Amino acid sequence: MPATTLSKTAAHDPRVFDLDQLSLRELNQALHNLAPGSNETAWEVLNPKGSHSVAVGVDQPVAIDVRGSVGYYCGGMNSGSTITVHGSAGPGVGENMMSGSITIKGDASQYAGATGKGGLLVIEGNASSRCGISMKGIDIVVHGNIGHMSAFMAQSGNLVVLGDAGDALGDSIYEARLFVRGKVESLGADCIAKEMRTEHLELLQGLLDRAGITGVKPSEFKRYGSARTLYNFNIDNADAY
Amino acid sequence: MTYRNPPTTPRKSATFDDYTLSEIRRAAATGIYDIRGAGAKRKLPHFDDLLFLGASISRYPLEGYRERCDTSVVLGSRHAKKPIELKIPITIAGMSFGSLSGPAKEALGRGATLSGTSTTTGDGGMTEEERGHSKQLVYQYLPSRYGMNLRDLRRADAIEVVVGQGAKPGGGGMLLGQKISDRVAEMRTLPKGIDQRSASRHPDWTGPDDLEIKILELREITDWEKPIYVKVGGARPYYDTALAVKAGADVVVVDGMQGGTAATQEVFIENVGMPTLACIRPAVQALQDLGMHRKVQLIVSGGIRNGADVAKALALGVDAVSIGTAALVALGDNDPRWEAEYNELGTTAGAYDDWHEGRDPAGITTQDPELMKRVDPVAAGRRLANYLKVMTLEAQTIARACGKNSLHNLEPEDLVALTIEAAAMAGVPLAGTNWIPGKNGF
Repeated sequence: MPATTLSKTAAHDPRVFDLDQLSLRELNQALHNLAPGSNETAWEVLNPKGSHSVAVGVDQPVAIDVRGSVGYYCGGMNSGSTITVHGSAGPGVGENMMSGSITIKGDASQYAGATGKGGLLVIEGNASSRCGISMKGIDIVVHGNIGHMSAFMAQSGNLVVLGDAGDALGDSIYEARLFVRGKVESLGADCIAKEMRTEHLELLQGLLDRAGITGVKPSEFKRYGSARTLYNFNIDNADAY
Repeated sequence: MTYRNPPTTPRKSATFDDYTLSEIRRAAATGIYDIRGAGAKRKLPHFDDLLFLGASISRYPLEGYRERCDTSVVLGSRHAKKPIELKIPITIAGMSFGSLSGPAKEALGRGATLSGTSTTTGDGGMTEEERGHSKQLVYQYLPSRYGMNLRDLRRADAIEVVVGQGAKPGGGGMLLGQKISDRVAEMRTLPKGIDQRSASRHPDWTGPDDLEIKILELREITDWEKPIYVKVGGARPYYDTALAVKAGADVVVVDGMQGGTAATQEVFIENVGMPTLACIRPAVQALQDLGMHRKVQLIVSGGIRNGADVAKALALGVDAVSIGTAALVALGDNDPRWEAEYNELGTTAGAYDDWHEGRDPAGITTQDPELMKRVDPVAAGRRLANYLKVMTLEAQTIARACGKNSLHNLEPEDLVALTIEAAAMAGVPLAGTNWIPGKNGF
């Protein structure tokens, strides 16, 4: 690989990948080749320019800084790495994340954190529609607003929104917990406002701490979750669909 | 003696037949649609409506037991570094752990492995039983993403992106509460005992352009090693096949309406989608129009029962077939030995399709610990292997009679149709004529 694009000058300097010079395939392969305990714990990706599938399927605890905006599925299926996108993210950022964390400094498009099983996704800007769709254990913290149909069929995990939520929040939700600080345009089928008990305030404080958010109190949020009336099909509920 | 007018024989309506009347009464009593498993049960144009011509003066046959007739097939050679090599062109279709018991999934893996073919996960994730006992395992990537995880994705031998299935094109999965055991609930990250209705659309892509990006992601995650299949229900086979190829699929799977499901609405199964026979030629035509026939492989499923069906599908241009319902029957599903228990459930062996209720006397479509003991995975796997062997021998018998030294050398010219409908769907002449309805302006 050319020395000008792939530099490794000292043990603690980041390994730099310039996507103007190297292919996406080379980047992901290099990340997948990492052995447990590798010294190459810091990575920097230059010139992503909206590339899809940047740093997908990483399964080692490394830090990856992406300098610019990414396309679809950045950090997809992430398992243990810490990814920071210094820009905005296209659809499906952190989809099916297993563990680790992803931070988007800008905004995120549709389906952020879709089906995520674990880990933490922080979006410092706004997230578009279907944020947290079908989430299965992931924690998502959005500093701004989220779009319509967010947390659709959300099964497990926590979605924290410091701004407002769009239409049909939590439609057909299962056991995920939703915390919204601002206005909710409307709630979806079987999603209701719920009492914020001590355990929820503590849980929310922990999530805000993990996301590095200060100056915001858990008591400013409302909690939403499943009314559990659609868990077993009942013909008298058919109008809810 | 008084004269009595001769009575007319009581006459039942063909439109309002006994089944229809019973369904009206059932709906009126319960207020809910009928849910059942399996595929379309209505009579449809099928492979039975086709015949092989065999050899004659103009074609000469191969010796039945002496001359080689190849059955192997390679799937996924378009992009994958590690394509799947199968000894026979018959694979086991996706069926979920959850809809099927653990021993049944293990038996499918054992039978497939003995036969040199692949088996497939389903809408419930990958179990150790099937991974451990399946030499070649296709991992389904479904809208629900239940149990989807990086480790299993990487230890799969191929990935099947499921867009739809023949029993319910446009419908999502369904697993009712009585089958949600602790283990099933944990694998799906859902509470025990609730009705699970999987989404009908993928959560993070819609349309063919997104699918292309999704396939790129799956390839990047798995370092371009694994074949990627795209499975569609038999709805618009020409366009769906073309779009799957355009999106980058290595293999296209087309499932006709006779293809089974674990559970969905009866009205959906019987009224949405197309017969398998009607799906094949449009799918093959799409591949041919794109110059991708035999480069992107085509798997067809839905109502494959014997070696003749296999041979006919291959003659129409298919690379491999997939079986689900027939594989379950080989394991012991709907076996008359359980007739007394089927009767207690209000049905009879051969008709039992309330798989969603989890009370399967054969122990296959259940999570009941006692019932599932009735499936011995080793013996049931052996039966599946025997059945696959018979199907393969049958297909070879036909191919040799047609003078072919490989099942994949069978061609439409080896076939004629018994009905006008089958002739039109399969694009082969009505027997005894040179008429292919819809061709040459007629």
